[in-house]
Amino acid sequence: MVSTQKDPVLAVLSLSGGNDGLNTVIPYSNPLYRDYRPTLGIPEGQIIPINDDLGFHPTMGPLKKFWDEGKLAIFLGVGYDNPSYSHFRSMDIWHTCEPDKIGTEGWLGRVLKEIDPNAENVLCGVNFGRGLPRALVMEGVPVASVGNLETYGLLTGIDGADQRDQALDVFGRMYSPAMGSGAVMDYIHSTGTNALKGADILATAPDKYTSEVEYSNTVVGQYMKNIAQTHLAEFGSRVLYTTSPYNSFDTHANQASLHSGLWSDVSNNVDTFYQDLRDHNASDNVMLLMFTEFGRRISDNGSGTDHGAGGIAFVVGEHVKGGIYGEYPSLEPSQQEEGGNLKYNMDFRSIYTTVVEDWFKMDAQPIVGGSFEKVNFL
Amino acid sequence: MADQQDVALMAHLLRRAGFGASRDEIEAKAAQGYDSVVDELLNPDTVPNVEEDLLMRYMPAYHEAAAIETNIQAWVWRMINTPRQLQEKMALFWHMIFCAGHSKIDSGQEMGRMIAMFREHGMGNFRHLLWLLSTSPAMVYYLDNSESHKTNLNENYGRELLELFSLGVGKDEEFNYSEDDVKACARAFTGWNIAPSYPPFPYGRSPWEFRFDPADHDDSEKTFLGETGNLNGDDVLDIIARQPATARFLARHLYNFFVADDVQIPAWRLTPPRDMKAIEAMEKAYFDSGYEIKAMLEVLFKSDFFKAEDVRYAKVKNPAEMVVGTMRLVGEHRDIQPGLFEFSQEPKYMGMDLMNPPTVEGWHTGREWIDSGTLVERINFAADLMGNTELPGVQSLVGRLMAQGDTLTPDQFVAGCLDLTGPLTVTDDTLQQLRTHASKDGDLSTANQAEFSRRAGEMFQMIAATAEFQFE
Repeated sequence: MVSTQKDPVLAVLSLSGGNDGLNTVIPYSNPLYRDYRPTLGIPEGQIIPINDDLGFHPTMGPLKKFWDEGKLAIFLGVGYDNPSYSHFRSMDIWHTCEPDKIGTEGWLGRVLKEIDPNAENVLCGVNFGRGLPRALVMEGVPVASVGNLETYGLLTGIDGADQRDQALDVFGRMYSPAMGSGAVMDYIHSTGTNALKGADILATAPDKYTSEVEYSNTVVGQYMKNIAQTHLAEFGSRVLYTTSPYNSFDTHANQASLHSGLWSDVSNNVDTFYQDLRDHNASDNVMLLMFTEFGRRISDNGSGTDHGAGGIAFVVGEHVKGGIYGEYPSLEPSQQEEGGNLKYNMDFRSIYTTVVEDWFKMDAQPIVGGSFEKVNFL
Repeated sequence: MADQQDVALMAHLLRRAGFGASRDEIEAKAAQGYDSVVDELLNPDTVPNVEEDLLMRYMPAYHEAAAIETNIQAWVWRMINTPRQLQEKMALFWHMIFCAGHSKIDSGQEMGRMIAMFREHGMGNFRHLLWLLSTSPAMVYYLDNSESHKTNLNENYGRELLELFSLGVGKDEEFNYSEDDVKACARAFTGWNIAPSYPPFPYGRSPWEFRFDPADHDDSEKTFLGETGNLNGDDVLDIIARQPATARFLARHLYNFFVADDVQIPAWRLTPPRDMKAIEAMEKAYFDSGYEIKAMLEVLFKSDFFKAEDVRYAKVKNPAEMVVGTMRLVGEHRDIQPGLFEFSQEPKYMGMDLMNPPTVEGWHTGREWIDSGTLVERINFAADLMGNTELPGVQSLVGRLMAQGDTLTPDQFVAGCLDLTGPLTVTDDTLQQLRTHASKDGDLSTANQAEFSRRAGEMFQMIAATAEFQFE
């Protein structure tokens, strides 16, 4: 259980596509790793060791800093029963906590509903990117979804401030709650109303922001910067979410160079992000979760890796008890998940349970859909 | 002269089987007769093709263009201008199912070729279309069949062919295939590969070519969906084509795309179709015709379930429909002119990056097109165009309004504008707000044409900003 001076904030970076855990946190002392990765095995001299058995991918130096500070939790063998090898489905399971049926509500949507049941703050949750991730979807929970923070606004093409004010006034009334016109129509009405409110407030964030740090000019870099800008503008946002370019981690082929680029980008921008928050004395109440929908096949296929099961997740934060949580799944053939995959040993909802109970101080059971043993990283 | 109901039905058909139309075209087609128009849509060879050579003449760089942006522009221009509207809508339909994206393909020319294949064969035989897809070098590369070898299997294409391109995970609560079927399928497609390409210099990139490599094909015995033999990819496609699950897959996709929003494919195992009778009618057409997509479409467009009032405006417009439909209504880019690039990027801003679907599973559709971010983009785009009284389509609408009488009361004015932008049906609440807004400046007189035009543009702008305008 931790206490932050300000309300706790969760930032999420979803590593879309299925990150290859085996080449992220590498079991370098295990000879089977070399056997299964004849092409893609990372040469031992390049691995950044974090203990006698495990090491980071060579591009993850900036994340190693957080490990050394004791502020990086690493979760090994994360997954769920009867793994799905479909991106779409597995991502949905992570987002909705519903492995057995198609869920429409997201776990973070439920968190936001708890925090702000009457939707008083339309910026309580903000997503950066196009399209709302299912994790944030929940009836009655407005989440602003921002493709470009610099140009965000409504009816921006209308000339003349008076004209635009008038139009926005009519717009506001047209989108006021309509009774009995159907669920989709109701949804669009509340989305329009909230977009109008949110746009007015968010538009002020870039102007308020000054910083000494430089994010990279990539999707991850720009959206991590937007998360920092929004947090620093103090709109009361509690969940700030973004996703790496869709399926960028889906490295079926040409993995060696792709994976290096991806982790170099993520590691550098996470480092920059915390540096930015620390410079503004605003890092204390921000925790960052990084997850992916599944790990990848143990054997490489000569050029990349196919969809797998058990994967890796990370949490970074000032209050995080750095360390390794969970067991590295065995690479022994007899211990593998069917199909040559890593068998999970930690349900992803255990991590969520800790986030919900010890970070947000809520009852996790209704949010993650069951009772899961906590992982004591807070 | 067609009556109001005929016009409304024709507008519905042209929104769904195409990207909407100008009011003049809707009325002309309504007069032509519904079944005759459907037959024309289903037989694109009977109407003239878009004058693509004109596009090439003005913009030679569009010919076999390598840049993805150029290919997207040419496609958006074609959506706006082709008289063969259903053919183009089917190209979009298949692009949203048989997903491959330029983020990996990295060749605009190959993406363009893939869309051209959907255009040419999208209403043809489904077994043949699957064969074309499986031998499409872009798809072979996109789903890594080029990395799948006799001795080193890559299951990506084998899996997605079953999960997303034909059977779907399940129906009627049963699973349609097992993990063993996925492996057998992938093995059957080993050796379906791409010929080594010529170096790009000095003459630029050459088109990719499919090549079957018998030495890399796993010719051993396999069991796929209960059938055993030394199956190759052709055998697997034969088996797939005769599955009831394949008919269901197509019928549900066609219903969801052309009739009304329903749940998407991951839910199909457990969630029954919104209209089972409609699905069954299309499944029957699939088998009766020997897997012809056109036969299913004919059943669909000529059925009562399609014409019914309750499915009109029962679909959230996808971003291409929003962008192209609005441009056709306002008459933008009906001629070749600069500025197409900006318009061709608009679907992307609304969450639909054409030629680059987010995943092999495609886009989440229906209400999921809308979130506070994309709604802002949609409204801003449509309102800007609909309020631009310089555009020929908007001018024509204003002219029609003026022809309704020397003076329009605010209520008549609103009713006239709604009729001309659809006809669009709005809720009583929306109607009330639009009327209040219109009454502010009182009756509308044709005596002052500039003022008339300004107010009409403003009203069209507000209509484009309504929740109702998000549907089609």
